[in-house]
Amino acid sequence: MSGRYLHVDPTICVGHRLCAEMLPELITLDDFGYPMISPDPVPRHLARLTRRTVGTCPALALILDGNPSRRARRDQLRPGASPG
Amino acid sequence: MSLVATAAPGELRVPRSGPWNQRLLAGPKLGGPEPLADHVRRLGGGITDWTGRAGAHQLVERVRRSGLRGRGGGGFPTADKLSAVRRHGPRSVVVVNGSETEPAAGKDDLLLRFRPHLVLDGLLVATRILGAQQAFLVAHSAPAMAAVEAALRERLDVSIPVEVVRGPANFVGGEESALIRWLEGGRAVPRYQPPRVVDRGWRGLPTLVQNVETLAHLGLVVRLGPEWFRGAGVADEPGTMLVTLSGAVEAPGVYEVPIGTPLPEVLYVAGAQPGAVALLVGGYFGSWLRAPEVQGLALSRSSLRPAGATPGAGVLHLLPQGTCGLRESGRILAWLAAQGARQCGPCAFGLPAMASALNEVASTGSEAALDQLERWGDQIEGRGACRHPDGAVNLARSAASAFPDELRRHRSGACSGHRQSALPLPPGPDQR
Repeated sequence: MSGRYLHVDPTICVGHRLCAEMLPELITLDDFGYPMISPDPVPRHLARLTRRTVGTCPALALILDGNPSRRARRDQLRPGASPG
Repeated sequence: MSLVATAAPGELRVPRSGPWNQRLLAGPKLGGPEPLADHVRRLGGGITDWTGRAGAHQLVERVRRSGLRGRGGGGFPTADKLSAVRRHGPRSVVVVNGSETEPAAGKDDLLLRFRPHLVLDGLLVATRILGAQQAFLVAHSAPAMAAVEAALRERLDVSIPVEVVRGPANFVGGEESALIRWLEGGRAVPRYQPPRVVDRGWRGLPTLVQNVETLAHLGLVVRLGPEWFRGAGVADEPGTMLVTLSGAVEAPGVYEVPIGTPLPEVLYVAGAQPGAVALLVGGYFGSWLRAPEVQGLALSRSSLRPAGATPGAGVLHLLPQGTCGLRESGRILAWLAAQGARQCGPCAFGLPAMASALNEVASTGSEAALDQLERWGDQIEGRGACRHPDGAVNLARSAASAFPDELRRHRSGACSGHRQSALPLPPGPDQR
């Protein structure tokens, strides 16, 4: 699953927080309870768990695709910027 | 706290002439919509006369060579946007974006009211390049709608339906995907992308959403050629741009300025009042430049980038003497927070929290509140469906760093602000 990226559609996510419980390696919560997702490609050893997490989101807000996120692109533009 | 005399919204829409070469604002005095006969006498006949036998591809290349970039704030190369829509084939839609929801901007409204045919020229070029069969023109005000409708009745060369629509009033309603929802009859709130609007826009069709001023330039590029267009501005950012200037200036209004003009020159021409505190560049998503900093900077993306700013849609506000940049920023940020679409958690909860923190900074200079501001800014940026949170975070960051002296004063219980600035802020969110 190289080159796959995890995203959240923020207009759908209502902050159930299950994803951060299931996949803390890639998802942490911001101070408001909404998921912040690693901008890096999903590592191979987390591929299965990531797919399960996507399927578990009660709002179906998680997306797995081949495009780096806008946040990831920003971080590339601003080396040293905190990924969140 | 007294209010500085100013800026009724109408005042932002006053055309002003500078010492610079005028393109969009050239011609007879801007008193009302320029009739088609005058427009043609000044610039020549219908679109087929200027495009000649050029095919769509050649026209796009002409635009590419001109170096024209979008004037709505994003600065995206116009040729690239045209190409992105065109590769889907001819079933596409063109939307002229004159929604201009930024309260301190007036340039698009002014163009539609006084030079509607320049904009319609650009619309024709765009539809010809794309082969689009449907177009919308979104206007901010009733006078702009009336001017455009009258201008459309004059033209015989517009063969596709152009629906003239009053734009949404909410700030985020001018964003491309929000505008498309509005045109589809929905609430003007942005949607998550991808799919991008150029791929799937109005009713799922590939859609070109282009700012009013961009289209006015586009018409002239095709008429007069890319070399002519590059005769103003700087090499990597050619052309002129419309600037809406307000605040501590004798002559607020809309100026046409060659890109790359030194900012002090623009302020001098507008009659900047002495003792101004700072210049807000790029509107309410923009950045503060302190008075000494302005001296070395020009109105261009490349000149402003090192200062962490961008011209955006050309909105400039000069903060008058006796006002406090921290308090003014706090007011704007609170307004921006209230203008969110309430769709995305980081924006809906993060921006009000940041606005409170900034107001805390503005009243006490609190270090803790400053730290929170920085932390939340980093958390929120890039996590909305649209750029609204990013713009607000940019303003907040700029406010936190641009006024160090003021910050020190606030920590000892003082503030140099004894009056409120005239930054126009319409009342609360209005989704209509």
